[in-house]
Amino acid sequence: MADVMEITADNFQAVVLENEKPVLIDFWAEWCGPCRMIAPVVEQIAKERSDSLVVGKLDVDQHGALAARYGVQGIPFLALFEHGQVVRQAVGAMPKAQLERQLGLSD
Amino acid sequence: MPEHHDVIIIGGGPAGLTAAIYTARASLAPLAIEGYAAGGQLMTTTDVENYPGFPQGVQGPELMQMFRDQAERFGADLRTVDVTRVDLSSRPFGVWTDDGEHRADAVIISTGATAKWLGIESETRLRGYGVSSCATCDGFFFREKEMVVVGGGDSAMEEALVLARMASKVTVVHRRDSFRASQIMVQRVLEHPKIAVRWNAVVEEVVGDVAVEGVKVRDTVTGEHEIIPASAMFVAIGHTPNTGLFAGQLALDEAGYIVTDGTRTSVEGVFACGDVQDTVYKQAITAAGSGCEAAIDAERWLEAQENARPAEAAETAGA
Repeated sequence: MADVMEITADNFQAVVLENEKPVLIDFWAEWCGPCRMIAPVVEQIAKERSDSLVVGKLDVDQHGALAARYGVQGIPFLALFEHGQVVRQAVGAMPKAQLERQLGLSD
Repeated sequence: MPEHHDVIIIGGGPAGLTAAIYTARASLAPLAIEGYAAGGQLMTTTDVENYPGFPQGVQGPELMQMFRDQAERFGADLRTVDVTRVDLSSRPFGVWTDDGEHRADAVIISTGATAKWLGIESETRLRGYGVSSCATCDGFFFREKEMVVVGGGDSAMEEALVLARMASKVTVVHRRDSFRASQIMVQRVLEHPKIAVRWNAVVEEVVGDVAVEGVKVRDTVTGEHEIIPASAMFVAIGHTPNTGLFAGQLALDEAGYIVTDGTRTSVEGVFACGDVQDTVYKQAITAAGSGCEAAIDAERWLEAQENARPAEAAETAGA
């Protein structure tokens, strides 16, 4: 989906760490069922907050080093970055409202 | 204005999607609200080896995609939103989601069941940091390390076998002295060189501050404690039905399952199928089978309502 950017080792610095806006990263993998379950929820969040939030997904299979750097030991792992720092995180598939609450996105 | 439908199906696993296929083919244009857990428990199952028609086995997510495609082909409206509230006290029934209010003449409930947790503090604290309920997802992060699986049913056996491909050692902790899993799965586990079994043991604590270091168990026979070294603990101790939405509106049994007669619930016009009402079989194929039954029951019930209607209308006109 166009609303969710593909994050790689090459664009991580520019898109995630140096972004002016908050960035939500979905650490996922092809073989992870709950990751597929939560993908539409992440897409929906991206669509609804396209002017205030950058949303990307990062394949832990291909970018294991980045996953390890952020201590990812369970996926889906959702991390909210602000000014290059992880400020909130959530692990596991969950309903949209609960995810937004855990990430501090609820209004 | 709420959207009106003949049938709303709540839940998108094998039961709900089969109900969607059948009601769609019966021209009832069902709205199937799949929720965030669309696809159900099969989404976290890798090899499905006992679903008829797939002699070589099939991947759970792949099978569910085929169910969805088949339902959509006949015009089912599938939506991946969550139901937040239902009102089954009067007809048409009310179903609320994030995208608004829906009304339906008949409702089919197939919300399934969710994996249970042990419910201890250390487990909650370390969830996502070595404590998991999805071996396929998270075993990857603990390659060549020791892991523990808790449980004694088919899902515990499957988790242990999946993890044994990656772990240096897997210990299955079970509170009894035999497994309730199917014979073929038990045999694979017991014969696996990397899998050990700790019988008659219950988990008291997951040891570790920010990562799992071990699992402390108590022997139910001797009362002795032991810490099994492990970098991860996978919990597979069964499921609990997803019926929170219906509490107080439908008859539930003590464990929270919807009480059914066939697929009929305690409220006329509301049907239930799949794991949400199945205390015995809990298989993908039985869920699909009961989804078909619920669809046919709902269709016949709607037809009977339809046939009763002209008489009512005539009475009203005459009065």
